[in-house]
Amino acid sequence: MTDSQTTPLLSLRHVSIALPKGADRALAVEDVSYDVFRGEILCVVGESGSGKSMAANAVMGLLPKGVYASGGEALFDGQDLLTLTEKQHRTLRGLRIGMIFQEPMTALNPLMRVGAQIAEVFEAHGQFSGRERQQKALALLTEVGIPDPDKAIRAYPFQLSGGQRQRVMIAMALALEPELLIADEPTTALDVTTQAQILELIRDLQRRRGMAVMFITHDFGVVAEVANRVCVMRYGQIVELGEAEAVLKHPSHDYTRALIEAIPSDVIPEARGAETDTPLLEVVGLNKVFRSKGGLFKPAREVHALQDVSFSLVKGETIGIVGESGSGKSTLGRCVVRLERPDSGTLSLSGTDFMHLQGEALRRERHRVQMIFQDPYASLNPRHRVGYAIAQGPMANGMSKTQAFAKAKELLALVGLEGTDDRYPHEFSGGQRQRIGIARALAMQPELIVADEAVSALDVSIQAQILELLEELKQKLSLSLLFITHDLRVAAQICDHIVVMQHGRIVEQGPAREVFLAPREAYTRELLDAIPGREHELADV
Amino acid sequence: MSFFARFAQNRGALIGLIILLTIIAMAILAPLLFPESPWRMVQRPFLPPMEVDGFPLGTDTMGRNVAAGLMHGAWVSLLIGLVSTTVALAIGVPLGAIAGYYGGLIDDALMRFTEFFQTIPNFALAIVLVAIMQPSITSIVLAIAIVSWPPVARLVRAEFLSLRNREYVEAARLVGQSNTTIILRQILPNTLSPIIVLASLMVATAILLESALSFLGLGDPNVMSWGYMIGAARTVIRQAWWLSFFPGVAILLTVLALNLVGEGLDDALNPKLARERS
Amino acid sequence: MLYVRLITMRLLKAVVVLFMIIIFNFVLIQLAPGDPAAILAGEAGATDEEFLRQLRERFGLDQPLYVQLWRYVSGVAMLDFGFSYRQQMPVLDLILARLPATLLLTGTAFVLSLALGIVAGSLAAARVKKPSGSLIMALALLFYATPLFWVALMSVVLFSVYLDWLPAYGMYTVGAGHTGLAMVLDVGKHLILPATTLALFFMAIYTRMTRASMLEASQQDFVKTARAKGLKNSVIQRRHILRNALLPIITLAGLQAGQMVGGAILTETVFAWPGIGRLMFEALQQRDYNLLLGIFFFSAALVILFNIITDLVYGLADPRIKEGS
Repeated sequence: MTDSQTTPLLSLRHVSIALPKGADRALAVEDVSYDVFRGEILCVVGESGSGKSMAANAVMGLLPKGVYASGGEALFDGQDLLTLTEKQHRTLRGLRIGMIFQEPMTALNPLMRVGAQIAEVFEAHGQFSGRERQQKALALLTEVGIPDPDKAIRAYPFQLSGGQRQRVMIAMALALEPELLIADEPTTALDVTTQAQILELIRDLQRRRGMAVMFITHDFGVVAEVANRVCVMRYGQIVELGEAEAVLKHPSHDYTRALIEAIPSDVIPEARGAETDTPLLEVVGLNKVFRSKGGLFKPAREVHALQDVSFSLVKGETIGIVGESGSGKSTLGRCVVRLERPDSGTLSLSGTDFMHLQGEALRRERHRVQMIFQDPYASLNPRHRVGYAIAQGPMANGMSKTQAFAKAKELLALVGLEGTDDRYPHEFSGGQRQRIGIARALAMQPELIVADEAVSALDVSIQAQILELLEELKQKLSLSLLFITHDLRVAAQICDHIVVMQHGRIVEQGPAREVFLAPREAYTRELLDAIPGREHELADV
Repeated sequence: MSFFARFAQNRGALIGLIILLTIIAMAILAPLLFPESPWRMVQRPFLPPMEVDGFPLGTDTMGRNVAAGLMHGAWVSLLIGLVSTTVALAIGVPLGAIAGYYGGLIDDALMRFTEFFQTIPNFALAIVLVAIMQPSITSIVLAIAIVSWPPVARLVRAEFLSLRNREYVEAARLVGQSNTTIILRQILPNTLSPIIVLASLMVATAILLESALSFLGLGDPNVMSWGYMIGAARTVIRQAWWLSFFPGVAILLTVLALNLVGEGLDDALNPKLARERS
Repeated sequence: MLYVRLITMRLLKAVVVLFMIIIFNFVLIQLAPGDPAAILAGEAGATDEEFLRQLRERFGLDQPLYVQLWRYVSGVAMLDFGFSYRQQMPVLDLILARLPATLLLTGTAFVLSLALGIVAGSLAAARVKKPSGSLIMALALLFYATPLFWVALMSVVLFSVYLDWLPAYGMYTVGAGHTGLAMVLDVGKHLILPATTLALFFMAIYTRMTRASMLEASQQDFVKTARAKGLKNSVIQRRHILRNALLPIITLAGLQAGQMVGGAILTETVFAWPGIGRLMFEALQQRDYNLLLGIFFFSAALVILFNIITDLVYGLADPRIKEGS
């Protein structure tokens, strides 16, 4: 333990939180006890559905409708927060406990200037006069490192980037110097380089002000970056609680170990030699410009999504396309499967010009390249049984109904979902749906599969299973894969070659080992350095 | 929970359904209970309600049976409401689907066209159309359909716009399904529930429109309708309020019932929303 | 900058729509069964050869179609809507004389319904699941389902015939010869019933819309942020939820303007309010189609005017438009 006093600032004692009737379980949080001391960052870690945010919301008095604390106490400076009236709770919020949220894009009122939104915190607690509030707001914006704070204070949220908005949120939460800051997945929605900056800022402010921080996250990399102590949760219960160093290096519980192991490590697999030298996919000088037509409310804009992009993929190889949002990586994938049409350049598949195909001709060739999509909930038609969803493709290409359905059954078995062909998508979990999506792509016996952020919507433990399945299928069926991801750790695990993109251009490309271990370009290095937890040794795997 | 169980959970919707079934029964029973034409003069004029047996709602300015008119009017209201809504759907659904699915210039053109019809004042357009085509059931149905399809087109377009880039639709494109198959099998079935809800509300609006047209004297001169009854009694409102009162209540109940049923359908078809709303 | 662009675009669009309505009118006359001249003359001029000849000449009915279209369009563009045989006056003069009364009625009803609807809707949203909130919504549904012309008639029976509180017909007390403040009060008294009955239906719409929009806005993340600041619930409702909820309502209010002009036809008919709605009813009864089409054009122009106003208000209310670059 660092310099924390012996009495905790916040102490949860046997807290249980009940969910409304009809939820998938009775208690969101069951008999949970942990302390937060002054001057420390406690990370509460868990996957979706672990109940990790619920206790924090109870502390803030911000539980969703129908959810209520059904037992235990949450002592804040000696006062039980769970028994406070709304009015008593309100006087604490913003003043002694501050909170920041996951989605900076929607967490600010779009119709109010940034300065006014910060000044509201003072107003809510009757502090300072109008002019002083603006001065304080300006000082806060400066402190959280917003560029050009004089301008930012009069800006509306839509005029700021995601990272800047999160800084505004932090400024608001810290306005009255609260003793406790609750940060609920504050960097999950941000790009990896912005995430690194915000984590740095939170750590910095915490040290300077000696605050207690309750940091909620799903990412053990982030834990390694910021935590003094860790509390791991699953199904509403605490699995493991202890010093960060100890938990990360020597997790005592199987679940914690599984979570830490599931994070793709720095260990980069040796690239397998390509089977042949003839390229399967050849992309030369590809360009794509999106023109948004000027409407009543917006002027016309041009976005150069792809600029002079060239690379090639040999049969049996996996290439990772890596980049932050806006890098053009998804556009590249969509061009390759021809959901978008490139403006110029060459795009050919085993010698066939795949770029100029159109209409009926394109429809007939489409089976050669298939895609695995990002969102497992949107990638299956809710009205079609999964067997039919898989059989549709072969049927559209002339296979008989009985044959197509038999094939669908076979493929479902291959991805580990034997005998589920007459069920509807809503009966499956996210990871299972992703398996169905893979089966659907395989049904077409494609020459190339494009996986667009295929595991980013999944919890880490599920992510690991899907990556394993892909690896296995790659071996068994000698698949060629174009793997698009924002997560370098994932790319490191599965790819032979890496292509790094930024602002629509290729920054660097090469064998995965080289790109990761000896990056040539500054941007690649920046990306790699920003990976949370990179410098910390995680548990020995 | 089944669809009907969810529907029945909404008490208002059940009441609406009962009222609606009663009105449908009225429409079906009208020719049996009052086989004579509702236009025939059968008693002295201005007979107040409950005074003479067989004339529970009295007689009108010409001595016609108000109760008979009311029951025959139910048939006309429901018929015009249903048929004009069907026609409006037949115009709006394909237009909205094509605009939303193909986007680009086709969408622009179709939406300008729709906006134009939405800018023109609805009721004024209906009046002009019926007046120039001459009042008849056909012209009334057409006029109502022409002024009520734009919201359908906009709704269907919005649904198609949000669904056409859904990943399962893109997957269908990638396996080589044709546009027609994608529109009919992948997207349209997923837009049905909002269309059904909108349609039930449109029937209500169509009944209101029909009654307003008949009130102004633009009803089909061969059929008895509630709006006509109110319009014909307008000038004698000081002497005989009941002549306007009962047909008005009939319209009110029908429209109310359809709205309640529409809300119930909405709750039953979109269970998640319903829970948030209540 | 964007705002100026918005206004220009909006005006341009209005001109295009008005032009299309002129063409639409022309097509209507062509599509109608029978001799266009006879249709335009209606029952009124059917027997008057002189009038029919005048009409034929004005529309060039013996000329090819494109000439007819040109004459019609250029005529309307010069604000020449022809002559009403029945009323023995140019259509334009007839309409202009009646326009102020309609503007007064629809304007009052618009403001009334919007103000009351937003208040009632916010109250209902703040009292979700409470009896008072349900009562507001039940009343709104009732008003929404009630035929406008029937409410008008029933309010005449109740407030004018039975209670004798308010005048039921016209805009002024005939023969009273009021001037100045007395006249304003007199008109105001005559305005109460028509404006209220017209407003009821639209109030119901705005109430439902405001409630739905507020409930949706209250689910937004920034509301949680506001609560985390320790703001009072009333401040959150007003400053964060209502302000964001109002944006879609402004758009809807613009769309409803067309319905309001339609509603005015019925209200003016019942209350003998001397506006263009009543004029339309008179034109209908006399089968004066030339006048009818003129009024139709003007009512559409009125709707476009309402639409432009609401668009401008929207632009001022939403910083993304006002300050967007």
